[in-house]
Amino acid sequence: MATAGPQETITAREAGLVSCNTCGTLAPLGSRAVCTRCHAALHSRRPHSAQRVWAWLIAGIICYIPANIYPMLLTNTFGRVSEGTIIGGAIELFEYGAWFVAVVVIVASVVIPVAKFVVIAALMLGVRYGSRLSAHRRMQLYEITEFIGRWSMIDVFVVAILTALVQLGFIASINPGPAAAAFALSVVFTMLAAQSFDPRLIWDSLEEPQDRARR
Amino acid sequence: MHTRHPILENLDSLIACRSCDLLLDRVIPPPGKVARCPRCHHLLISNKRNVIDNTLAGAVSTAILMVAAIFFPFIALDEAGLHRDASVMDAIGAFADGWSAPLTIAVAAFIVVIPVTRAAALIYSLLPLRLGRRPAGGAARSFRLAMALKPWSMAEIFIVGVAVALIKVTDLADVSLGPSFWAFSALIVVVVFENTTLCEWTIWRLLDPKRR
Repeated sequence: MATAGPQETITAREAGLVSCNTCGTLAPLGSRAVCTRCHAALHSRRPHSAQRVWAWLIAGIICYIPANIYPMLLTNTFGRVSEGTIIGGAIELFEYGAWFVAVVVIVASVVIPVAKFVVIAALMLGVRYGSRLSAHRRMQLYEITEFIGRWSMIDVFVVAILTALVQLGFIASINPGPAAAAFALSVVFTMLAAQSFDPRLIWDSLEEPQDRARR
Repeated sequence: MHTRHPILENLDSLIACRSCDLLLDRVIPPPGKVARCPRCHHLLISNKRNVIDNTLAGAVSTAILMVAAIFFPFIALDEAGLHRDASVMDAIGAFADGWSAPLTIAVAAFIVVIPVTRAAALIYSLLPLRLGRRPAGGAARSFRLAMALKPWSMAEIFIVGVAVALIKVTDLADVSLGPSFWAFSALIVVVVFENTTLCEWTIWRLLDPKRR
C-alpha cells in the first residue's frame, strides 16, 4: 500500500505541489489557477477557511435560537390552536409512550445540532491554539460531523409531511410555524460551516511546531 | 519556484491525501480492496469492480424511483369519514403559505430536484464510457456537479422524516401508504449502494481525456 513512513512524511504543499480538491490531480503549486482534468479552481488549502467557518457557524447558531423559541407546528383541533416547539413535540411523544421516536427527534433536532456547533468551534480553536485531543480524534470528529449534519433536516420534513397530510378541516389541521424555516436555515448554515472547514489544517498545525524548532 | 525533488518527475505516480495532504506513492489496491492514508486513514482509492456499471445502475434507479415517487399516491389519511390524500408535491407545497414560502423551494430541491439532477449528471458523464465512447463534452463538469450536490440530496432523509410523522398520526387516524412511499423507501437502498460502490478517484481517472 502506501509507502511513506513516519520519518519521511511530506505533504503535497511541502513538495511544491497542489492536489485538486475535486479530482485529486496533482499540479505544481502556483503553476495554474484551474485543474487541467476537471476545471475546478486549484487551492492548496481552502481559501479563507477560518473566516468562512466562523461566519457560517455563527449564522447557524443565530438561526438555531428562533428555531427553539418559536413553534414548529401549529395544530388546530376542533377550533383550538396549540403550538408545538421542537422540545415540546418530543416531550409530547414521550407522553404518548413513543419513546423511540421521541429519542430520534431529540437526537436529530437537539443533540446533533448542538454537538455540531461545539465540534466545529472546538476544531477551529484546536487549529488556532492547539488541542488536547489527538489529530486522529479530531479528524474522526470532523468526519462524523460532516456525515451526520444533513440528518438534522428530518424535523423539517416531519413538519412538511404533517402539514400536507393533516388537513381535515375543523377536526384537525396542522400548519408550519416560524421555527421550521429558522431550523432549516440553521441546518444549512451548519452544513456550509462543516464544508468550509479544511481538515488539512488539523495536520498542518501539528507540523508547525517542528518547523519553528528547525528555524 | 520550488526546487524539484526527483520523485516529482512523474506526478502520475503520486497521490496526495485529500484529507491531510500527505504525499504518497500511488499504489492501486488489488480488486475489491481499498487504499487508505497511513496518517489520517482517509479513503484514497477503493478498487471496486464495475464502478461505472454500479454508479450508472444507481443513477438510473434513482431516476425511475423518482418518477414513481412523484406520480403515484404517497400517503392517505382517513378519520371520521374524512379522507385526505397527500402526494410528494403536497409535502413540498406545505410551506407555500406566508413568509416560509422560500422553504418550499428548498424542500423541492432537497427531495426531488437535486436527486434528479445528480442522477442526470452521473448518467451524462458516465454512459458514454459504459458504451465504450469518449466522454461527452462537459463530462468532467457534470461529474463534478454530481459530487458537489451529494450532501444536498436528501431523499433518504425525507423518508425517515415521513416515518417519524406517521408514528405521530397513526394514533389519531388511519394511514395508508401508496406506491410512492415505497419508491422513496427504496431510494435509501440506492443511496447506501452508491456510498459503498462509488470511487471518485477511479471515475476521475476514467474521465481523464489524456488516458483515452
